[in-house]
Amino acid sequence: MYQGIIMSGFGGQGVVSGGILLAYAGMMDGRNVTFFPAYGAEMRGGTANCSVVVSTDPVASPVVGSPDTLLIMNEPSLARFENSLKSGGLLILNTTLVSSRPARKDIKVIEIAGSEIAERIGNVKAANMVMLGAYAKLTEAVRLGTLKESIKKVYARANDKMVELNKKAIDEGGLAA
Amino acid sequence: MSERILMKGNEALAEGAVRAGCRFFAGYPITPQNEIPEYMSWRLPETGGTFLQAESEVSAINMLFGAAAVGRRVMTSSSSPGISLKQEGISYCASAELPIFYANIVRGGPGLGNIAPSQGDYFQSTRGGGHGDYRVFVMAPKSVDEMANFPRICYDIAFKYRIPAMVLADGILGQMMEPVTFDFDPVEADSLSIPDWALRGSKPEERRVVKSFDLRPGKMEEWNYRLEKKYDEIKAEEVRYEAINTDGADLILTGYGTSARICETAMAQGRKEGLKIGYIRPITLWPFPTRIFRDLAGKIGKFLVVEMSLGQYVEDVQLSINGRSEIYLHKRPAGGIPTGEEVLEVAKKVLSGDKSKFYV
Repeated sequence: MYQGIIMSGFGGQGVVSGGILLAYAGMMDGRNVTFFPAYGAEMRGGTANCSVVVSTDPVASPVVGSPDTLLIMNEPSLARFENSLKSGGLLILNTTLVSSRPARKDIKVIEIAGSEIAERIGNVKAANMVMLGAYAKLTEAVRLGTLKESIKKVYARANDKMVELNKKAIDEGGLAA
Repeated sequence: MSERILMKGNEALAEGAVRAGCRFFAGYPITPQNEIPEYMSWRLPETGGTFLQAESEVSAINMLFGAAAVGRRVMTSSSSPGISLKQEGISYCASAELPIFYANIVRGGPGLGNIAPSQGDYFQSTRGGGHGDYRVFVMAPKSVDEMANFPRICYDIAFKYRIPAMVLADGILGQMMEPVTFDFDPVEADSLSIPDWALRGSKPEERRVVKSFDLRPGKMEEWNYRLEKKYDEIKAEEVRYEAINTDGADLILTGYGTSARICETAMAQGRKEGLKIGYIRPITLWPFPTRIFRDLAGKIGKFLVVEMSLGQYVEDVQLSINGRSEIYLHKRPAGGIPTGEEVLEVAKKVLSGDKSKFYV
């Protein structure tokens, strides 16, 4: 099993912290994992993205050129990464903020109203968790339960209320998928 | 020993140095190594240590000269252009036999270059780097786990031989996160013995001097022979490398750092497909593991070198093999990062007799 994942959105949508959670959960599930942030010259309001690899074999490079899965949180990210997705790959789209649809027909597209769901349960900032919950439900890379258990470890400063909200967001993402 | 945690390479390196007893850091910011000084700025005060953001790289390395002269474990870090600025001070430390530890988290060059991962500083690191006849001990981690655990080895070597020691890693190893286990118990910095050469204040009859020069006729030549003796001992005693599946291989893949882990994956995949591919990876770049290459030269027909630079590491492989096997080179400079599939494809071409990557 090898999954190369790119998560991308606006700065502030939690794509980097979401990627770290995914890598951590993969580690807890006994996988080989790497997390690699885009550390280039990014601009305010531009896209933030990170690459995560979850694999049963050792990971050669943490750089994901052709991802197996894309978690797309905003409109510019779709334009930027759509063509890089592997043929037959999985695209999870935050339809609250992405109005266009991919032109490609050789990929699997899952539409999740991530930001809307997060807002409904209490905080739009949990949209990243909704996306990850959907991802965990759809693939074998990481277990949904492990994702939830990892929240407290990865976000050590989060209070109980925030932890519960994020767990709920992961569950909601799983249900929506 | 400790639990398995997820850490960023730069932070793992900094924490590894602290656990190895580092209590003084001076540095100046530059991407992609900024997490090292950032981490040290809060971590060192927790241990009673000192973090100093210097006004320049030149200043930072000279602060290190002073701090090392009192016999304690000290550190600086930078990325390529910043390390170039520090080379004068590193040369002075090498001559004065000060056991400093530093890290170069390499970015694309030459010049200001870019902030992308690169292995373009191989020559600079393995040939001393500054002026004069000297070497530094160079370790090349291939994972965040090794970023965490190599600083302790560097300090042990640095103090044993009174030599500057460094970690050479690229921006990927600095920026990526991976699971880490610290394989040693934290060192109590206060319990480390102070070497007898250190400047701690002494009675006049026990006067100690730390300096990098001797202007008397013939004395500097003697000085250099003294350094050379130490370097010969390190070359004999401190070589580290990894060699896998070399017996009966048709092709050996070789690289260091990030390139090594890519070679390792290409080898694993190739062997699944029935190809006889082996792999050698230097862990110390200086001293270079000449012998393992020399022993296999002539027995194995082909070596494929992979590096994220335009033919630097390959020269040490060439010197070791000395014309007795064919050497091929796959190179990607200043931000080009090979994939496992890419390397395996090149390996297959080389095995099938394709000469397009032939080096010597």
